[in-house]
Amino acid sequence: MSTTTLPAYDDVVARYEPVIGLETHVELGTNTKMFCGCPTDFGGEPNTRVCPVCLGLPGSLPVANKAAIEATIRIGLALNCSIASWCRFARKNYFYPDMPKNFQISQYDEPLCVDGYLDVEVGGELVRIGIERVHLEEDTGKTLHVGGATGRIHGATESLVDYNRAGIPLVEIVTRPVPGTGALAPEVARAYVTELRDVIRSLGVSDVRMEEGSLRCDVNTSLNLPGQEWGTRTETKNVNSLRSVERAVRSEMLRQASVLDAGGRITQETRHFHEDTGDTTPGRSKETATDYRYFPEPDLVPLAPDAAWVAELKAALPELPRLHRRRLQEQWGLSDADMQSVLNAGAVELIEATVAAGATPAAARKWWLGELSRRANETGVELADVGATPVQVAELQGLVDAGKLNDKLARSVLEGVVAGEGSPTEIMTARGLEVVSDTGALTAAVDEAIAANPDIAEKIRSGKVAAAGALVGAVMKTTRGQADAKTVRELILSRLGA
Amino acid sequence: MQQDSQKGALMAAISREEVAHLARLSRLAVTEEELDTFAGQLDTILQAVAQVGEVAAADIPPTSHSVPLTNVLREDVVVPGLTPAEALSGAPDAEEQRFRVPRILDEDVAS
Repeated sequence: MSTTTLPAYDDVVARYEPVIGLETHVELGTNTKMFCGCPTDFGGEPNTRVCPVCLGLPGSLPVANKAAIEATIRIGLALNCSIASWCRFARKNYFYPDMPKNFQISQYDEPLCVDGYLDVEVGGELVRIGIERVHLEEDTGKTLHVGGATGRIHGATESLVDYNRAGIPLVEIVTRPVPGTGALAPEVARAYVTELRDVIRSLGVSDVRMEEGSLRCDVNTSLNLPGQEWGTRTETKNVNSLRSVERAVRSEMLRQASVLDAGGRITQETRHFHEDTGDTTPGRSKETATDYRYFPEPDLVPLAPDAAWVAELKAALPELPRLHRRRLQEQWGLSDADMQSVLNAGAVELIEATVAAGATPAAARKWWLGELSRRANETGVELADVGATPVQVAELQGLVDAGKLNDKLARSVLEGVVAGEGSPTEIMTARGLEVVSDTGALTAAVDEAIAANPDIAEKIRSGKVAAAGALVGAVMKTTRGQADAKTVRELILSRLGA
Repeated sequence: MQQDSQKGALMAAISREEVAHLARLSRLAVTEEELDTFAGQLDTILQAVAQVGEVAAADIPPTSHSVPLTNVLREDVVVPGLTPAEALSGAPDAEEQRFRVPRILDEDVAS
């Protein structure tokens, strides 16, 4: 695919108009699966969360999980959708062993939620992304391909299937096609998935972790010449991070432009995104939509959420993340640029929780954007996984405010926190890092420094107060940095009568 | 096949090609003679079912369920399931506590 040189991005967006669309799958964080009482916890031994229903054994009957239905309605409401007053599940038939039944229970032409939108901010502008539908289905099992190269299905001689994930409630959120974003298309795609993730997280219905696969994204991209019909779209799968969403759209735009420039045609196909190269390659040709032979699921009765139930769920929706962020920005007194750095660092919730635990917004922001962000970057982890909790950061700042730690000592204590040595107070005590505030000990250290530096002491006595800095340095050295420099200075001056 | 019932009973409800297509999707090895037989039999069945369409007036909505129930839901409470050994006991083959299935890709049909 990389035999031809790709055109420059600026050149592509000057000549073509992109249309994007996103299909996002979210695994719900319910206790049990969609249609049976098997647990959904992540990472169990193979086939330990299965029962006759999710294994599709003859005679078993599915019953829908109320919590999953409510979670889906809440997602629909948060995305400004209409909630169907009556809808059905449908069987999607296909021949692939990731579902033991040979079909997946999904929704077809009667989704639970339709016609909504999500506003996202890109470069200070609000872009409204139309939501076509939000529907509920069941997740598939995991296949392990054996005998081929590096676990790929191509060349595999057999596959091993674990059905722990089969039947976990999966919500599919489909946008309308988004035209008119031009050069910003990749950023808009990323901003949409980010905002959607934040909305769903705020609802508390999923942990929405892309790296663990509880949020998965397929990206549709097409290009057309200005004023002409939309082009043929491709669907890129395997996009497993926010950064990849942006890269996948961009790389597909470049690839399609190079095909079109050469007089070629875009094939409507599924493509796979490769994290390492940032390219897409053609995927397995899939059975066309009509081949899924959808029909209403006979084992489940229709779903008819009544208006009172929907109204009750709507009344309990939390504040939307975009509005919540705006409110925090005001409370914290941050400029747009400062708020943007907080957002980019993924620190909004961390700072919020740190403030809730007693720190000032400024102090909370200082630790999360400073020391802890630096540390997260160095170790290549998300800020939330850096090893310190908001409560610990607030406790650390409390020790600073109480004068027990100075800035340098606090950073050492934080190092211990990140290393998992315990709470800030425990680490301060264990490592003996507390500021020396015992005046007896300090006075002794000051007297020692004066005795060791008679020349400097004489200068100070004769009024050259600026010379005290050298003695402060000496005291800080003997107290291993654990004294408060200002206190030391005052002590020196009073001892020398200056 | 629901769509076919809407076509009415005038023409063949299902063609030989459609039966071949469905057989291929279902991974059923059907011979040429069997295709003729099944196409004829299925057509007879579908024609018979399609008669319902002749009496169903516009004021009778299509029905997918025979019981007039909605919102049959369960609470989100874990119920013990099967042990891996029980789960795998009916499987033709297993390996590493997983269901072992034959290779997937060369089963792919050009559709």
